[in-house]
Amino acid sequence: MSAATRPARWHRNISAKVAAIPMIITAVVVFIGGTAWTVLYSFTNSKLLPREKFVGLAQYERLWSSSKWLISIENLAIYGAFSLVFSLLIGFMLAALLDQKIRFEDTFRTILLYPFALSFIVTGLAWQWILNPDFGIQHVVRSLGWESFNFDPLYNPEIVIYGILIAGLWQGTGLIMCLMLAGLRGIDEDIWKAAKIDGIPMWKTYLFIVIPMMRGIFITAIVLIASGIIKVYDLVVAQTGGGPGISSEVPAKYVYDAMFLSQNLGQGFAASTMMLLTVIIIVVPWAYLEFGGKRK
Amino acid sequence: MEPSISIKNLSLSFGSLDVLKDLNLDVGQGEFLVLLGSSGCGKSTLLNCIAGLLDVTGGQIFIGGRNVTWAEPSQRGIGMVFQSYALYPQMTVAGNLSFGLKNAGLPKAEIEERVNRAAKVLQIEPLLSRKPAALSGGQRQRAAIGRALVRDANVFLFDEPLSNLDAKLRADLRVEIKQLHQKLSNTMIYVTHDQIEAMTLADRIAIMRGGQILQLASPNEIYNRPASKYVAEFIGSPTMNFFEGDLEETGGTYRFTTGGKTFSLDGYAFQDGPPAAGAAWFGIRPEHMVSGAEAEASPVRFDGHVELVEPLGSDTLVRFTIGDRTLWVRMDGQATVRHGDAISVGFDPARANLFDKTTESRL
Amino acid sequence: MTKAPHLLKGSMTYDTAMETGPDRALRHGDGSSSGNRMVEGPAGRKPRKALSRRNILIYGTLIVVCLYYLLPLYVMIVTSLKGMPEIRLGNIFAPPVEVTFQPWVKAWAEACTGLNCDGLSRGFFNSVKILIPSVILSIAIASVNGYALANWRFKGSETFFAILIVGAFIPYQVMIYPIVIMLREIGLYGSLTGLVIVHTIFGMPILTLLFRNYFASVPQELFKAARVDGAGFWAIYFQIMVPMSLPIFVVAMILQVTGIWNDFLFGVIYTKPDLYPMTVQLNNIVNSTQGVKEYNVNMAATILTGLVPLTIYFISGKLFVRGIAAGAVKG
Repeated sequence: MSAATRPARWHRNISAKVAAIPMIITAVVVFIGGTAWTVLYSFTNSKLLPREKFVGLAQYERLWSSSKWLISIENLAIYGAFSLVFSLLIGFMLAALLDQKIRFEDTFRTILLYPFALSFIVTGLAWQWILNPDFGIQHVVRSLGWESFNFDPLYNPEIVIYGILIAGLWQGTGLIMCLMLAGLRGIDEDIWKAAKIDGIPMWKTYLFIVIPMMRGIFITAIVLIASGIIKVYDLVVAQTGGGPGISSEVPAKYVYDAMFLSQNLGQGFAASTMMLLTVIIIVVPWAYLEFGGKRK
Repeated sequence: MEPSISIKNLSLSFGSLDVLKDLNLDVGQGEFLVLLGSSGCGKSTLLNCIAGLLDVTGGQIFIGGRNVTWAEPSQRGIGMVFQSYALYPQMTVAGNLSFGLKNAGLPKAEIEERVNRAAKVLQIEPLLSRKPAALSGGQRQRAAIGRALVRDANVFLFDEPLSNLDAKLRADLRVEIKQLHQKLSNTMIYVTHDQIEAMTLADRIAIMRGGQILQLASPNEIYNRPASKYVAEFIGSPTMNFFEGDLEETGGTYRFTTGGKTFSLDGYAFQDGPPAAGAAWFGIRPEHMVSGAEAEASPVRFDGHVELVEPLGSDTLVRFTIGDRTLWVRMDGQATVRHGDAISVGFDPARANLFDKTTESRL
Repeated sequence: MTKAPHLLKGSMTYDTAMETGPDRALRHGDGSSSGNRMVEGPAGRKPRKALSRRNILIYGTLIVVCLYYLLPLYVMIVTSLKGMPEIRLGNIFAPPVEVTFQPWVKAWAEACTGLNCDGLSRGFFNSVKILIPSVILSIAIASVNGYALANWRFKGSETFFAILIVGAFIPYQVMIYPIVIMLREIGLYGSLTGLVIVHTIFGMPILTLLFRNYFASVPQELFKAARVDGAGFWAIYFQIMVPMSLPIFVVAMILQVTGIWNDFLFGVIYTKPDLYPMTVQLNNIVNSTQGVKEYNVNMAATILTGLVPLTIYFISGKLFVRGIAAGAVKG
C-alpha cells in the first residue's frame, strides 16, 4: 500500500516548492548573485563594458580622491543627519498632537500624509518652483518691501542641500507621523490612567514612560529613514540635477552617472559597494539588537 | 474484533524536542475515547497525527485496518471538528458542508442528499444558506460537526470542540455529542482538558503527560483507582487530599502512620498484591470524607479547624487545617460551618488511594 | 527562523482586516462624571470651555502645519491655471486673475521631450502599460509565495525568505547593473516586459512579507479543516485563502500602484526614450534646458503625474495608511 511507505522527500510539498521558484530565483540569483557580482567587479577596471581585469583597490582609491564623490558623501551626511532628527521630531510631535482626542483627526492626518503618495520627482519639481528665487518665496517677500531678503537655496552651492532637505521632509514626515501614531495607539490606555492618578504631568509621561515604551517603533522609524536617505536620488535629479555645479550630488546619483552616463562601470560598482557597506553598518547593529539578543 | 484505530510505536519530534514518545494505542470500533491532559501534554499533537495533519517521525497509524501513516488527511476516512470551528467564512453553511464532498468529486445529487441528511440530524436545516458570521457560537459548532458528519466517516476526531463556548452552551452541546455518538455509533476520539467532559463522554479516557499515556481506562476506574499520584491529582476538584507517611506491615495487616497518627488499612485493595513496607502517599478524595456524627462512626478520624468555606449550592467545600496541614472536604449543601469552627472529619481507608513515595505509582 | 520584527507590526492581519468596529475608544478620561454625590460640592457635568488654551494650542499648531503641507499643492494648482505673462508679473501665491486651461492641454498633448512633441500623454500610457502587468504579476507571485511560506513550509523555505527580506535593505544601485546584463541576455533590456520583471522582483520582498504575515494570521485550523476536506495546495489557495483575503489584496494593490507609478530610477534605466514612464518624461519636460521655461505647463504636467497616486490615496483612505505602514520596509 502506497500510504504505508514514506514518500520521497523532494516529492512531498511539491506544489509549494514549485510555487516558490520565483522567490528562490529572486533571492539567490538577483539578490545574492547580483550583489556578489557587483562587489567582485568593483575590483576591475571595467569601463563601457564589464571586464575581468582586476586592479585591486584602484577604483576605490580613485573614488575617494574624486571631489564629486566627497561632496556626495558630505551631502548625504548633512541630509541624513538633519533628515533623521527632524523626521523623528516632527513626526512624533505631530503624532502626539493628533493623539489628543481631537476632532477632524482623519482630515488632519489625510493632509499631513498626502505628500507621501507623491513621487520624489513631483515633490522635487514642486519645491523647485516654490524655491525659485525669481518667482518663488524670495521674490514674494522682496516684493512685499523687504528688498534685501535672500532665500535661494537651490541656486546657492553652500545651502543647496538644505533646499533638498525641505522637500524631503515635506514628503516623508507624514509616514513617520503615521508610524508614531500607530505606536501611541498601541500603548495600553491604562498606562495613561495610572500616570494620571499618580499625578504625572503629560510631558513627563511622554518623555519617561511613553517614548521608552515605543522603542521598537522608533527603531523601525530610524531604519526606514536611514534606508531612505541612502537611496535618495530622484529628489535631487528633479530638484537640482546635482547642481549648481556638483554641489548637490549624492552617492546614488554618482553611481548612476558613472554607470550610464560616463561609461565608467568600475567607478559605479565601487561607489555602489560603498553604499552597500554603509547599509551594512546601519542594519547589522540594528538586526543584532532586534534579533540577536533574544535568540537564546 | 479488529480495532478501529491502532497506533503502533508512534513518535514525533520537532528537532530535539520529543512531543510524542513511542506511543501505542488501540481504539475499539464504536468506542468514544477521550484524550485528557494539561496543555502541552501532546494530546492535540496525537490527534493531528491521527488526522494526518502532522508528519510523524516514527511508528505507524492504522485506521480501519489500513496503514494510513503517510496517507493524505482526506484519504483516511476521518471527519474532524476544531476548537475554533474553522468554518470557511466566505461560504454558506451548505457550502462548508459540501466543500469536502466536491473535492472528492461526488455527484451533485449525492452531495445534496448527504448535506440535507446531516443538517436534519443536527437540526441546522434553517441555517444552511447562512454564512458562519451570521451564526451563534453553538450553531457554528453544530455546522462544524455537520462538516464531519457529511463525510460518512468511520472515525470522528474532536479537537477541544467546546472550549470556545460558554458554560451553559458547553453543557448542552456535550449532551448532544453524546447523543450523536449513541445514534451513529462510530469511533470518536475527543481531545479536551476539561475533566467533566472527559468523565461524562468517554468510554475510556487516556490521561496524557509528556507525550505518553499515563493511564488508559474507563472514567470510573480512572476516578476510583488512579494509576499514579499524577492522575489522582489531575482528576477531581477540589483535588485529592494527600498525607505523607509510612506504610508498615505486621502479620499481614497494613497500617499507615502520618503526623504521629497511625491507622489500619483494613479493606484497602492493593493493586498488585501486598506491597513492601516503606514511605508512601495516602490519598483520599474530599467527597470520600465525612464530618460530624458520621465522622464519629468512621474507622479514621481527624480533628481540625475550618479555614475557608465555599458554598456551591449543591454542596459546600470546606478547607480546614489539622496542625500545619490543609485539607478539603466536600460537605452537604445545607452544612452550616463557619470560619474558625472546630471540625471533626473521618473516612474509610477502603476508599483511599496509596502511592509509592518514589515511583508515585499505585500500591 | 525569522521572528517578526517590529517593522511588521503595522502590517495587516486577518483579525484586524475583519474587524469592523468603530475607531478606538477615547483615550483620556474626560473627567465629566467625577463628582462625589455623598457630600456637598461639585455635582454633575464638569464645566468645560470649548476654547481652552490647550485646544487653541493644539488646533492652532495643526492648522498652521497643515497649511504648510498644502502650500505646494496650492501653488502648483494656481500656477498651472495662469498664463505666462501673469506668472512673470505676479506672485506665486496669488490666485489666477484669468483662469486658463491652456497649460494643461499643452502639458498633456503638446509638450516636447527631445524630438517627441506629443506631451505627457505618451508617458501616461507607457506608465499604464507598465503598471497593469507589474501590479498583477507581482501580487500574484508574492501572494502565492506568502501562502507557501505561511502554510506549506518546506526545508529551506525560511532561509530563502530571510534572504529576500535582507535583500530589501540592499541599495538598488548594487543590483542595477547585473540585472541590466541578465535582461540583455534574455533580450528584454529596454522593453516594457523587462521593466515589469524588475518591478516584480523588487516588489517581492515587501509583498511576500505582507502576504505571509496575513496568511499566517488566518487560523491554522481553517487550513487543517480544508486539508481534511481533501483540498490541495492550489484548491486551498484559490477557494479558501484568496476569497477571505480581499482586504490584503487591496492593500497590496495600493502599495504597488503608488510605488510603481512613482518609480523613476528603474524606468530611466530599463526602458528607452519611447517607452519612458510618466515620471521620467515629466522630469525631462520640466528640466529640459532647451527653449523658454513655461512654468504653468510644467506645473500642470507635475500635477497630472501626481494625479494617479493622489486619487488612489484619497479614495483608499485608511487602507492606504495600513498599506504604507506595512510597506514602509520598502524604504
